[in-house]
Amino acid sequence: MARLEPKHSLATRLFHWANVPILAVMIWSGLLIYWANDVYEIRWQGRLLFHFFPDWFYNALKMPGRLGEGLSWHFTFMWLFAINGLLYVLYTTMSGEWRHLVPNCQTFAEAWQVVLHDLHLRRTPLPRRKFNGAQRLAYSGVIAMGAGSLLTGLAIYKPVQFAWLTSLLGGYPAARFEHFVLTILYGVFFVVHIVQVIKAGWNNARSMIIGVELTQDGEASYEQADVVAR
Amino acid sequence: MNKPMSLPDDQYRELNQQLRRMTRRGFAWGGAAILSGFAAWKWLGSRSEEEMLRWPLRRALELDEKLARATFNPARKSREFLPRSARMPRVNGRYGIDPNLERKSWRLQIAGSSGALAWTLDQVKALPRFEITTELRCIEGWSEIVTWGGARLVDLASATGLALRTGQVGDPMTHTADLLPYVSLTTPNAGYYVGLDIASALHSQTLLCYEMNGEPLTILHGAPLRLAIPVKYGIKNLKQIGTIVFTDSRPADYWTSKGYDWYAGF
Repeated sequence: MARLEPKHSLATRLFHWANVPILAVMIWSGLLIYWANDVYEIRWQGRLLFHFFPDWFYNALKMPGRLGEGLSWHFTFMWLFAINGLLYVLYTTMSGEWRHLVPNCQTFAEAWQVVLHDLHLRRTPLPRRKFNGAQRLAYSGVIAMGAGSLLTGLAIYKPVQFAWLTSLLGGYPAARFEHFVLTILYGVFFVVHIVQVIKAGWNNARSMIIGVELTQDGEASYEQADVVAR
Repeated sequence: MNKPMSLPDDQYRELNQQLRRMTRRGFAWGGAAILSGFAAWKWLGSRSEEEMLRWPLRRALELDEKLARATFNPARKSREFLPRSARMPRVNGRYGIDPNLERKSWRLQIAGSSGALAWTLDQVKALPRFEITTELRCIEGWSEIVTWGGARLVDLASATGLALRTGQVGDPMTHTADLLPYVSLTTPNAGYYVGLDIASALHSQTLLCYEMNGEPLTILHGAPLRLAIPVKYGIKNLKQIGTIVFTDSRPADYWTSKGYDWYAGF
């Protein structure tokens, strides 16, 4: 019989949506800070391909000359970002939800099939999963990125008290660069995430708001599907 | 929603209604959350400013500072490098620098709650000389490795006794209860000024510098005497010191008044 199957717990949804404005403020204020020394660029054989970021970008977002303001936002919202992330990891570990998220031995093979499917190179439908291999990699990866942002951030925030961490990350300028690269990767994640959510359809997207998904007759529950897969 | 084939009409209707109800409720909560987030943003943006920052952000920076000062371990040092990795940093700020400063009549004015002194450069140079090669980290985000040569501020404090309320000469760190909690540094023309917490000021890497990369300090880098304080951002590394005051009250700071964090420490 068709039914409404619980998919995302209230806690997961709260952590997920709280992170949206928090990360947005962190990236925005981070850009206000980065503007003051915007040295990163992509070069190919000495030729400049892209400069992070062009003037029109800063100007469109009214960013120039706001370093002090950016630092104050960044050093305020870093706490919210850290607390939300730590609580999420704690909850996901304790609730057992991690079993749906952390990559296992089939994840890479499955992720490859997802890629083939998305490129229309594989026609047969993918097996039913709460999160498929590609999702496991993406969602675990973005949590690891969050941890990376906290660590590289701490390394450039307190490079004397945490000198060991700064050294471990390759030194102060390297840690700053790594902190920046992670931010760019959030942008990449965001674009792919949005495209995939749109592709997956309303029933899936809505479940991140209301928690349940309409499940058709004959479809196994996610618990069963993922247990069988293990 | 496509009607599943196997479902009787009334069951389908019920499921559909339930889903609609949940969706409505979900969106109501979502909308409320967005509105309250927007309201919080507007509220923050309309708070009065304290030294060019909305006061809630200023409070947050002060909390960060409280935590940093409570956990500050003076034994932790800024990483040191080989002298050959040192470079000449850019001249990034000329605030308060007087290029025509009369060197002969220049004196380092030092004051505390127990008195005041005026030292010549030679008196500073008579203190033990230290050399460290470490990173100068600008609050803008760049950093440069520099070799600083000079006397430790903690040795000046020992020699003058002015860091202690009692004015007692000798290692001030053995009388921490009597330490004046802050230090204020100002250029001779008062065009630039910084405030420091005493723990950072008396850190073993904090130098009163008269040499940079093995050469006498140039005017634009702060001759005759400048501060090198690797536990702080570059903005605190005041050039051309005129006065050093050990004090009970939190000193004014040039960049703090322009909307920056007062502590600015690593």
